Amino acid sequence: MKKLSTVLTGAALSVALMGAAHANSLTVVSFGGAYGAAQERHMIAPFVKETGTQILFEDYSGGIAEIKAQVESGNILWDAVDIEVIDLERACAEGLLEVIPRDILPAGDDGTPAMKDFIPAALENECGVGVIVWTIIYAYNNDTIGANKPQTIADLFDTKTFPGKRAFRKRPQVNMEWALIADGVEPSKVYEVLATDEGQRRAFAKLDTIKNDIVWFDSWSQAPQLLNDGGAAMVQSANGRIFSAIQEDKRPFTMVWDSHVYDLDVWSIVKGSTKKDLALEFIKFATQSKPLAGMADVAYGPTRVSSNVYVDQSVVPDLPTSHIEKGVKADGIFWADFGESLGEKFNEWLLK
Amino acid sequence: MSQAALSRQDRASALSALRRRKLVAFLFVAPLLAFLLFAFVAPIASMLLRSVYEPTVANLIPDTLEKMDQWDGRDMPPAAVMNQFALDLKRLAGDRTSGRLAGEVNRVLPGSSSVIQSTARQVRQVEDSELLSRGSDVLQQANGRWADVEIWRSIQRTGQAYSINQFLTALDLQKNPLDGSIEARDGPKIYVDLYTKTLRIALLITLLTIALGYPLSYFLAGLPDKTANLLIVFVLLPFWTSLLVRTTSWIALLQTNGVVNSFLIGIGLINEPFKMLYTEFATIIAMTHILLPFMILPLYSVMRGIDPSYFRAAMSMGAKPIPAFWRIYLPMSLPGLSAGALLVFIISVGYYITPALVGGTDGQMISNLIAFHMQQSNNWGLAAALGSILLAVILLLYWTYDRFVGTKSLSFG
Repeated sequence: MKKLSTVLTGAALSVALMGAAHANSLTVVSFGGAYGAAQERHMIAPFVKETGTQILFEDYSGGIAEIKAQVESGNILWDAVDIEVIDLERACAEGLLEVIPRDILPAGDDGTPAMKDFIPAALENECGVGVIVWTIIYAYNNDTIGANKPQTIADLFDTKTFPGKRAFRKRPQVNMEWALIADGVEPSKVYEVLATDEGQRRAFAKLDTIKNDIVWFDSWSQAPQLLNDGGAAMVQSANGRIFSAIQEDKRPFTMVWDSHVYDLDVWSIVKGSTKKDLALEFIKFATQSKPLAGMADVAYGPTRVSSNVYVDQSVVPDLPTSHIEKGVKADGIFWADFGESLGEKFNEWLLK
Repeated sequence: MSQAALSRQDRASALSALRRRKLVAFLFVAPLLAFLLFAFVAPIASMLLRSVYEPTVANLIPDTLEKMDQWDGRDMPPAAVMNQFALDLKRLAGDRTSGRLAGEVNRVLPGSSSVIQSTARQVRQVEDSELLSRGSDVLQQANGRWADVEIWRSIQRTGQAYSINQFLTALDLQKNPLDGSIEARDGPKIYVDLYTKTLRIALLITLLTIALGYPLSYFLAGLPDKTANLLIVFVLLPFWTSLLVRTTSWIALLQTNGVVNSFLIGIGLINEPFKMLYTEFATIIAMTHILLPFMILPLYSVMRGIDPSYFRAAMSMGAKPIPAFWRIYLPMSLPGLSAGALLVFIISVGYYITPALVGGTDGQMISNLIAFHMQQSNNWGLAAALGSILLAVILLLYWTYDRFVGTKSLSFG
């Protein structure tokens, strides 16, 4: 083990030497795509302009494995990371993230103190400050769907009435929830049912009915692409990806809001980051009313109430926050409990 | 006689010359040895260690575990154990490390993470003295599951720094918590099937590369030098092309609206496109293509060295072509064949990138699950155990091979 860490340190050293050229630079990591571009526009670029800090803005595809690898090897390459709340609970509990003090957060542009301005879920976990409210919906292509238009989650699982491939992200999250909802479970009871063996069997049995019609993907950026090139008739997707495909690329896509699973993304700081203070400065800056409002460019809802006045009214109907009553809140605590065991069962099911 | 003729001085100087030569030889290979040590031996040693050694919980709650030593795991643990645990949990909550305990225990007992975390938040407010005297009540008031013996067994189990539990999981087994006997696992059983599948796919790929590579090498070996050299470049050309490029071009060929399907539909052979991409078939065909040079090169170089006059001699003495090939040519080409087969088999057993890209779900091999545990489920101990078993399987196969065929006969050309 000692030797291994020596090797790792050696490798880290060479990377660090390269990085030394940017002593005043900050590595910020997020999800790329249209969302990353909006962050670049409204958070990164203005911060660079105001402070002269250099920012390396990188992409990842979520999860906590890379953060864990960095913290465990003591070789911290990332400073600020945009992380899904579904992963945040676990990352924070395992000590992979720094605690972000609440008193540094500035008041909203209308003067509301930060603690009242943010929606409660945005500050629920001490390791993060909310960036967006986003959601997972499913979407179809108007040109290829046929005469019947799917409207509910049950329709998504009904391959008789709505034939064609379904593209899902290859992890149990959301797929298990939707399987139960399609099987008739009340959306509000989903996590309660899913915590039992019986409920888990029920979800897999429902997924079984469409197993041969599912195309699996790994990264959200593949979702609009699959819908576009005919790889799937319906795709599960982060709402912003479909929104920007409709708005910017003029694709004939339609989003279905029934039982969408909404969640937050937060800014967090990797434990042991040498640029913690700078990262805090960045997060303070990026979570002010105006930069947060900018996330509505890709139809992600702002986490501050005071941001709403800056949001273009034409986008409002497409924001997850406008459909909350139809949605299910992703349960980070449930997934911290069952993410691993369901991940294993999910793999078993996939390989069967 | 001659030894007696050497004086003691001669011997000494000869010995020192020998030592010097050995030292020089060692210095020549020292960089390589150092490299192997760091890049090969150390990572493997660390993997083996990680598969049996997980000290997180043992370091977090040493006092509780010490008191647990007396407990046989049948009924609820004595109050002293629970009180000590409540105290330890309070300390962990203070240094924000209770999440690490929760994560480890949750791995054994899914659902316990939130129990430990929510209890940790509550015991923070309680005085130490109260926890020491009636900690077990405090725990059970905070969450009813502390009255369930299962969670205590799980804590005890994760508290063992050294254990073979990860290996048991990797073999779809578990240890019975009551009598310690080994039994089939309650949870998902996927790994043994996946090892079998991996070996089966590797064997199939090896046979396919032999079927394709042997006739080709035979043909190449019989050509005049100039033509053979030109043709061998065509074998090497894909070898020099990036692995990713070759794999992704298979995606273009095999996908639903890809080259193969369009062609077959175009000539009217089929009406509906075949599903070829994201299947085991795709994994096998793409890997066969990628690994083919590893079969052809050793075969070709061995066959080049076989004097064609042996074969002609056999024929002129009345052997029919097939027995002549079988009894004369094949045995002489065997060193190249076995070297190629061994190379292809061992490389394909651990192959990762091609199955990950074209294999979909049913074309996955054991390496993809190892990657899953490294990158997504963060269960590095299990990933290490799976990797160690893979290593052991390969060593075992190599040993069997050495035993029955003999590695001395290997020739890589």
